Amino acid sequence: MFQRTAVNERNTRVQMLVRLLFGMMTALLVLPVLIILGLLIHRGGPALSMEFLFDEPSNGMTAGGIMPALVGTVWLVAVALIASVPIGVAAALYLSEYAKDNWLTRAINLAVINLAGVPSIVHALFGVGAFVLFFKFGTSILAASLTLAVMTLPVVIVATRESLQAVPQAFREACWNMGATRWQTIRKVVLPNSISGILTGVILEVSRTAGETAPIMFTGAAFFLPFLPESVYDQTMALSLHLYVVTTQVPNVPEHLPYGVALVLILMVLALNAVSIGFRTWLRGRKKW
Amino acid sequence: MGSANTPLATATSLAIMTRDLNLWYGDFQALFDVDLDIKSGIITALIGPSGCGKSTLLRSVNRITERLGYVRTGGSIHVHGKNILDPDVELLQVRRQNGMVFQRPNPLPLSIRDNVTFGYRLHREERGRLARAERDRIVEESLTKVLLWDAVKDKLDQPAIELSLEEQQKLCIARLLPMRPQLLLMDEPCSALDPQATSAIEELIWDLRGEYTVVLVTHNMAQARRASDECIFMLMGRVIEHSDTGRMFVTPTHTETADYIEGRYG
Ligand SMILES: Nc1ncnc2c1ncn2[C@@H]1O[C@H](COP(=O)(O)OP(=O)(O)OP(=O)(O)O)[C@@H](O)[C@H]1O
Ligand SMILES: [Mg+2]
Repeated sequence: MFQRTAVNERNTRVQMLVRLLFGMMTALLVLPVLIILGLLIHRGGPALSMEFLFDEPSNGMTAGGIMPALVGTVWLVAVALIASVPIGVAAALYLSEYAKDNWLTRAINLAVINLAGVPSIVHALFGVGAFVLFFKFGTSILAASLTLAVMTLPVVIVATRESLQAVPQAFREACWNMGATRWQTIRKVVLPNSISGILTGVILEVSRTAGETAPIMFTGAAFFLPFLPESVYDQTMALSLHLYVVTTQVPNVPEHLPYGVALVLILMVLALNAVSIGFRTWLRGRKKW
Repeated sequence: MGSANTPLATATSLAIMTRDLNLWYGDFQALFDVDLDIKSGIITALIGPSGCGKSTLLRSVNRITERLGYVRTGGSIHVHGKNILDPDVELLQVRRQNGMVFQRPNPLPLSIRDNVTFGYRLHREERGRLARAERDRIVEESLTKVLLWDAVKDKLDQPAIELSLEEQQKLCIARLLPMRPQLLLMDEPCSALDPQATSAIEELIWDLRGEYTVVLVTHNMAQARRASDECIFMLMGRVIEHSDTGRMFVTPTHTETADYIEGRYG
């Protein structure tokens, strides 16, 4: 009485087919990533060495290391984080916890989402106009990082809002019904339960800016500057721009050098992601629901 | 509580006194000229078919209804003599002193202990940390009062969410007590619970009687009958009948009441 029928056969067949199809799509997605990574490791791996990481470029950037660019990228990303996270998180808190759901709020939300789609070269021009010229920061880490920060603000806001909205409404209601103010509710219930998502999302988004070239090119990154920056008012080299330069602008660069730079850049982003994921796991472990 | 502008001499002895209470959700009127006198220190059940406005009435006493921007309230709601709709009334105090308990237990994502002290901390005058001794006293007192202390005293640091539904509901009552509420407004507090848990909660509500004024919305006639002193029957946003529970169930004065009690409505 539990025999397989023709209908079962057909349904099972369809289901296997669908599964195969979806699996193939996944492979199609993962494969290029693996190939790129493999190629980078294969070609760039030999370039990696202590000297490569800790020396300055020499011989017209055809030899030596990438120390100034590496340090410069760390500066750029760190300052961008410091600038965009507080503003982005505060704005997201306002939009999702305080603002009434009216046409203005909806318009702002829409604008934020659209802002995320603005090409980075446009942000670069804005950065030049606003930070380099108007605020007179000159071409400096500060101007470049602020440009990066402006560029990532929308995604920071969106990532934060999503984490906030994942906190069940019932928690907020329970607080309000006991006479908690909005801020008490946010501080004691909403933030503790969304902070892991917020930080992960934010670090992920901002770490992506490590690879941006256009926004920093005119605002603070230099082609060749064999010193380490000492303050945010200095110019600096950056990995992304350095990669662009050694690939396209400098003759007679040994083949492994650009691959080495690219590998370091990718490893750096991966490391940041790993940190944020580790952080999330740690915070999740302390959650009470 | 300012007794200076008490409108009627009898008002203070009443826990809740509403006059001409009308409430609109946008264009839809949910309450019509509700005049109620709910006595202090007893359990008053609120019954009526689905959609008749029981929750709306209860929520307007806690002024949660106002969170929806499109709600309009007319008339007055005096709680122990003070009209909570007056402009000089602090909304946060209304929410604090008129405690609400909901159908679905909604403990916060905190430890059992922090759930109990949560409301208390919100309204504490001193700024620094809550002294351990004070905290422990509050937690034990409140949990003992809701008959939960023995079950949880060894796991106060565990997440409240891991408790059974019955225990969660008791906890949701316990967390109101340190705020010294005047009213406990309970909106179908047992309808997510099994029969055994239901009678445990009923027992608890009965225990709280005298010390607190309880208004209990219920769909369960047997519960209204067992667990209340007075009973209010509502229909289509109006109060039809308000009397002693025993009398309402034996000799209701309105045919609608009789019909509802005997199960001829939804
Ligand atoms: N937020 C709201 N917006 C608009 N109308 C509402 C809202 N809440 C309730 N109503 C309407 O007000 C009326 C009374 O609702 P209420 O929830 O007070 O009924 P109730 O007696 O508690 O019903 P139940 O027994 O199903 O809980 C209903 O007709 C309902 O549709
Ligand atoms: Mg209801």
